[in-house]
Amino acid sequence: MKSCLIVDDSKVIRKVARRILEDLSFATEEAADGRDALEQCRQAMPDVILLDWNMPVMSGMEFLSALRAEQEGKRPLVVFCTTENDMAHIRAAIDAGADEYIMKPFDRDVIEAKLAQVGAL
Amino acid sequence: MAPDAGFDCLSSLLRARAGIELARNKIYLVESRLGPLARGHGFVSVSDFLKHLARTGIGEALATDLVEAMLNNETFFFRDIQPFDMLKERILPQLRTARAASRRIRIWSAAASTGQEPYSIAMLFAEDSASWAGWTIDIVGTDISRRAITRARSGLYSQFEVQRGLSIHRLMAHFEKSGEHWAVSPEIRAKVRFQTLNLLGPWTLGAPFDIILCRNVLMYFAHACKQDVLTRIHRQLSPDGKLVLGAAETVLGVSNAFVPDWQNRGLYSPTGIQPPTFARAV
Repeated sequence: MKSCLIVDDSKVIRKVARRILEDLSFATEEAADGRDALEQCRQAMPDVILLDWNMPVMSGMEFLSALRAEQEGKRPLVVFCTTENDMAHIRAAIDAGADEYIMKPFDRDVIEAKLAQVGAL
Repeated sequence: MAPDAGFDCLSSLLRARAGIELARNKIYLVESRLGPLARGHGFVSVSDFLKHLARTGIGEALATDLVEAMLNNETFFFRDIQPFDMLKERILPQLRTARAASRRIRIWSAAASTGQEPYSIAMLFAEDSASWAGWTIDIVGTDISRRAITRARSGLYSQFEVQRGLSIHRLMAHFEKSGEHWAVSPEIRAKVRFQTLNLLGPWTLGAPFDIILCRNVLMYFAHACKQDVLTRIHRQLSPDGKLVLGAAETVLGVSNAFVPDWQNRGLYSPTGIQPPTFARAV
């Protein structure tokens, strides 16, 4: 079973994403900000990270930069999942090492399609 | 009036105009798809609306609206990915060799709906532009629905539509943000032209095509309509061309003018057998 860390400061979003991902046979964990996510990744690196952009303490972009700078461990697939829906944000995310990008709002079809794009299913 | 006269009236209209067989167990589709049209004509219930039409008859404009409302326009970019992988990896490279002299390829997306299929094919060519430099690539998208073709020509898609089937890299490469929508790039739009065309009516498509995609449409047709359409597709296809059907469709038991490619589901080649001409449905 593949694992996915859901990183979002919204409890509702985490709950919805968790339901979809578990339905897609992922084992899921949650983090409410980038720093919490980074600590969890250092303990056990997930296969996939679903990542919000705007969060308190540490943003999605700060988290991604720190994660990609880590030298050890496996390289998880990172899928941004954010309300930022302009080309500048998308390019910045891909340049920083994101593998895919979901523009909120999302549904099961979108998450499934995007995970299929990166070969995570 | 018979209790199902309204349904029968709609069913006859769909069969005559679009070749669609409407089974009685699809009544839920009628309720959901015709609701807005019924309300627009002052009826609370679709059933009452259809009964009214069965009594009074259906004018030309309303007939068009009914057929358009009942059509399934479901589609998305790179739908069922396998046919596009097959085009990219196998069919297009073969055609590049076979058409090296003319350097011209014609492709018909015969049930293009709102345009995602022909635009996806145009993206394949754009992503291998060096190989196709100097070639004339003619991609034609047709659909029975005028509304769908109008949308296809606009090249504008919602955020939801561009997230189904398109990787973020393709979105970045081939689209621009346009207000709340995403616009297909001028380069991709220039590769595709659209026209309204009813597969049961006359076809004015010009020279034969090298590839015809007719996916997820024959499955809605009665047997005779499938035979008629496949016969005419055979005439519209180059002798060494390829036909691509949907995953749930087949020519087996319908036409002997095509032979399936057993390695590639949904791919067919013309056999060279001239199929008989069937009485046209319309």
